[in-house]
Amino acid sequence: MTESTVVKVGMADLNVASGGAVLRTSGLGSCVGVTLYDPVAKIAGMAHIMLPSSEIAREGQLNVAKYADTAVPELIRRLKAAGADPKRLVAKMAGGAQMFSFAGGSDTMRIGPRNVESTKLALQQAGIPLIAEDTGANYGRTVELDSATGILVVRSVQFGVKEI
Amino acid sequence: MKLFNHDFEFKMDVLREVGNIGAGNAATALSRLLDKKVDMMVPTVSLLTFDEIADRVGGPEAVVVAIFLRVSGDAPGNMFFIIDQDSARRLLSGLLSLEVSEDLAYTEMELSALCEIGNILAGSYLSSLGDFTGLKMSPSVPSIAVDMAGAILSYGLLQFGVMGDDALLIDTTFLEGGQNAQGHFFLIPDPESFEKLFRALGVPLE
Repeated sequence: MTESTVVKVGMADLNVASGGAVLRTSGLGSCVGVTLYDPVAKIAGMAHIMLPSSEIAREGQLNVAKYADTAVPELIRRLKAAGADPKRLVAKMAGGAQMFSFAGGSDTMRIGPRNVESTKLALQQAGIPLIAEDTGANYGRTVELDSATGILVVRSVQFGVKEI
Repeated sequence: MKLFNHDFEFKMDVLREVGNIGAGNAATALSRLLDKKVDMMVPTVSLLTFDEIADRVGGPEAVVVAIFLRVSGDAPGNMFFIIDQDSARRLLSGLLSLEVSEDLAYTEMELSALCEIGNILAGSYLSSLGDFTGLKMSPSVPSIAVDMAGAILSYGLLQFGVMGDDALLIDTTFLEGGQNAQGHFFLIPDPESFEKLFRALGVPLE
């Protein structure tokens, strides 16, 4: 067995990998981990999205990896630069959970589902098909995308490991 | 954050004292509840990146028990009482004299008891902070989760998310004497709340 290289993607961060390296992001709660993959060039990209829309940003220097509407286009740009063909890209996503439940939840409480909706919209606008997802519910997830196969491994405390 | 450009060290000291007063009262409450000695470490105040915050409690994938409360009122923010699984079991056996099973699943009763502990502690933290600052701060109904630290904590960072890539955290560690049960109290005031806290405490803003 060979140990493959793991490329870490932090919170509000994105990265690309190829040559059998594995992209990994840990502890997705209401955040969404979206991955794009070119199965021919075997180039993979992953973003750890925290918030649905950059319209609410009040920061000076916008961190494009943080928002669904900016992270997806940026990830496509980075993959293209790395040699992927945008027309071949397929998407998978995980996360967007609602970690805490409150009666009469406000908009902040629904952040997980909103992140999922915005990410889907951004993918749709870019014309990238979403081929698998493991989103919603109320538990945290860690995801790993293998750039050799495009398989997304989703780990959680309660349900163990699953491949999508 | 711009607010901290001036007199950084002094402002950090003030926030440390905020943690000291709040957590000091919470520690007393916990000690009464358990009828045991509870020690408290000096609070740390730090401006951390989102990833570093989860590292405080063992990394983003460490499984923790977290009680979350949203603070509303004059200086809103998020509050977490975070304990590892061993400490949760010790708290439960100390408080309820329950023999807690070793596996991951908690019963309704156990979760409810832990939630109530968090509620009492947060209540005493906030009421003493309120007395000290003259600001009105009230906790929401508590909510509990047993999951990955990263997944849980990111939830308390959303208000900071729109401002930048780091958050200011007031962290106090509790140690229950003898048995080494350990807990963290995290207070993450909303970015807008610092000005109000400083103003209430007479800290010059410029």
